[in-house]
Amino acid sequence: MPGRVIGNIRHMPPALAEPPVGEQLSDSVTAAQAIAGLKEAAATVQSDLRTRAATASPEAKAVLDATAQMATDSMLLKGANKLINTGLSAERSIWESGETVAQMLITLGGYMAERATDVLDVRARIVAALRGVPAPGIPDSADPFILVAEDLAPADTATLDPAKVIALLTTGGGPQSHTAIIARAMGLTAIVAAKGLQALDAGTEVFVDGAAGIISTSPGESERAAVATWLKNAEALSVFDGNGVLADGHLVPLLANVGGGKDAVKAAAAGAQGVGLLRTEFCFLGRETEPTIEEQVTEYKAVFDAFGSKKVVVRTLDAGADKPLPFLTDASEPNPALGVRGYRTDTTSPGVLARQLSAIATASEGSEAEVWVMAPMISTPAEAGDFAAMCAEAGLSTPGVMVEVPSAAVSSEAILGQVSFASLGTNDLTQYTMAADRQLGPLAALNNPWQPAVLRLIQLTVEGSLAEGNNKPVGVCGEAAADPALAVVLVGLGVSTLSMSARSLAAVAAVLKTVTLQRAGELAKLALAEPSAESARAAVREALPTLAELGL
Amino acid sequence: MSERLATIASASGLHARPAALFAEAAGALDIEVTIAPKGAPEDDALDASSILSLMTLGAAKGDEVVLRASGDGAEAALDSLVTLLETDLDAV
Repeated sequence: MPGRVIGNIRHMPPALAEPPVGEQLSDSVTAAQAIAGLKEAAATVQSDLRTRAATASPEAKAVLDATAQMATDSMLLKGANKLINTGLSAERSIWESGETVAQMLITLGGYMAERATDVLDVRARIVAALRGVPAPGIPDSADPFILVAEDLAPADTATLDPAKVIALLTTGGGPQSHTAIIARAMGLTAIVAAKGLQALDAGTEVFVDGAAGIISTSPGESERAAVATWLKNAEALSVFDGNGVLADGHLVPLLANVGGGKDAVKAAAAGAQGVGLLRTEFCFLGRETEPTIEEQVTEYKAVFDAFGSKKVVVRTLDAGADKPLPFLTDASEPNPALGVRGYRTDTTSPGVLARQLSAIATASEGSEAEVWVMAPMISTPAEAGDFAAMCAEAGLSTPGVMVEVPSAAVSSEAILGQVSFASLGTNDLTQYTMAADRQLGPLAALNNPWQPAVLRLIQLTVEGSLAEGNNKPVGVCGEAAADPALAVVLVGLGVSTLSMSARSLAAVAAVLKTVTLQRAGELAKLALAEPSAESARAAVREALPTLAELGL
Repeated sequence: MSERLATIASASGLHARPAALFAEAAGALDIEVTIAPKGAPEDDALDASSILSLMTLGAAKGDEVVLRASGDGAEAALDSLVTLLETDLDAV
């Protein structure tokens, strides 16, 4: 994730270990002393949270105040005190008492179930206070800092304050992990799968160049100058004029990946020329049951309306693997990435997809947007044909498929014979081509869309469209499109549109503007001829000096 | 032991912000106040200053609850808490 900053680092504290089951009070402590100690720890946690709430943003303040109130709650502490009186340690007692309360709230469902997370957070903070270790989660600091972590859990990224965390360095996760995706969406300078971070002491001043992947200690004059250049360029790189075009006038519409109405409004304001990927599962996540057609219509229409008469590509539910849904997917599959996910859930839970298509059609009737629909995880021409038939039944005229499975790339001619367009999901296409889990740090080198084998499959998909003969568009909607250097290669391979986080639009547009279609084709050939992802990336970056000048 | 019957007035019930405000008010008192659904045995009454207890009580708008306290100032304390419960705190 591009960006250059200089700052002091702080480490994410290790996850808090659960106090052992049955852990007893130590011989030197009476139950009464343990109860008093617990009360004191709870009061400390409460006052820390109140202090933080005082300077937090209004939304964060509400959560922190509510959590602070829970810290000394009599239900939580009395439950723990009872357990202490049976001889359990204070740590184990508050752990179990928190569990009981959280379960009770989860059983109540709705708003109460959402508060269960706060109870578990408070419980972990009290255990940390009892042990005298830092509270789990993103460290609190009065000054902005560079966060060093193994990886971030979704809950951590939700509390990440960009005013405090100026850059993110992780040892785990690949360039396509969720942490990387979120950092990109927030516009946060980040380097993932970095080595040697644990050797850096807290407080060390470092220079980070996210685009070049450089972390160096003892920054000097040249690093300070590089930061200054970046800050100057960043302003220009934050504005997209809404027109993706190459140096020779060849148009490459730049679209946005969005997860809902709010996202869509932001993306439209950022100049996106439409939506290349509406991730509809975000309307479904965290739901115990399928949303009603009416609920879905409202969600989809909010996105359509943000884009006037522009194109919006809706991807049907992509549940499974890292995005489980209780009413659709089987969490016990031994190999969920290769399991019943995406379009495949229509075979195990028929009806959900048909109802979603009908909701999309209804939302589309009530709006001006040009609505295209595509299915994720298509592997065969027969699946593409079945999906097209379902779309026709629902009254949707532009059906398409995601190309994420290598078989779909290889058979794109036959697949495009069944549908109107294809969109390359480079994140999954890379993980399946290289047989490397997106989330695993040790496999990050394999899991790189610059892998020449992945580029070759993208080329095959485009060649399939040419052979099919009807000029059916092949776009890219994976993270690869957000990498300005790779975006040039993708265009050179014959991809017609690029869809990405709205944040990346301006940078990609700035670089595309400097190359002609012919030059992009030459750079694509250059990359395809390289033996590795690293050398392909290096060769293209060297041939595009604009990148280094802009700090991208 | 003093007792008062009150009807929940907040639109969202005794959840979220109304519960937080009520628990805070009950916690600020020098005496212990309990809360229970109308008709529930006294032994099952919950600590009115516990936000978590209030949430598990799950009282909705229009539900009746019984507040109990004893000791000096119990009457006045209960009166003030009843007023709070019978105000739509979501609208404040």
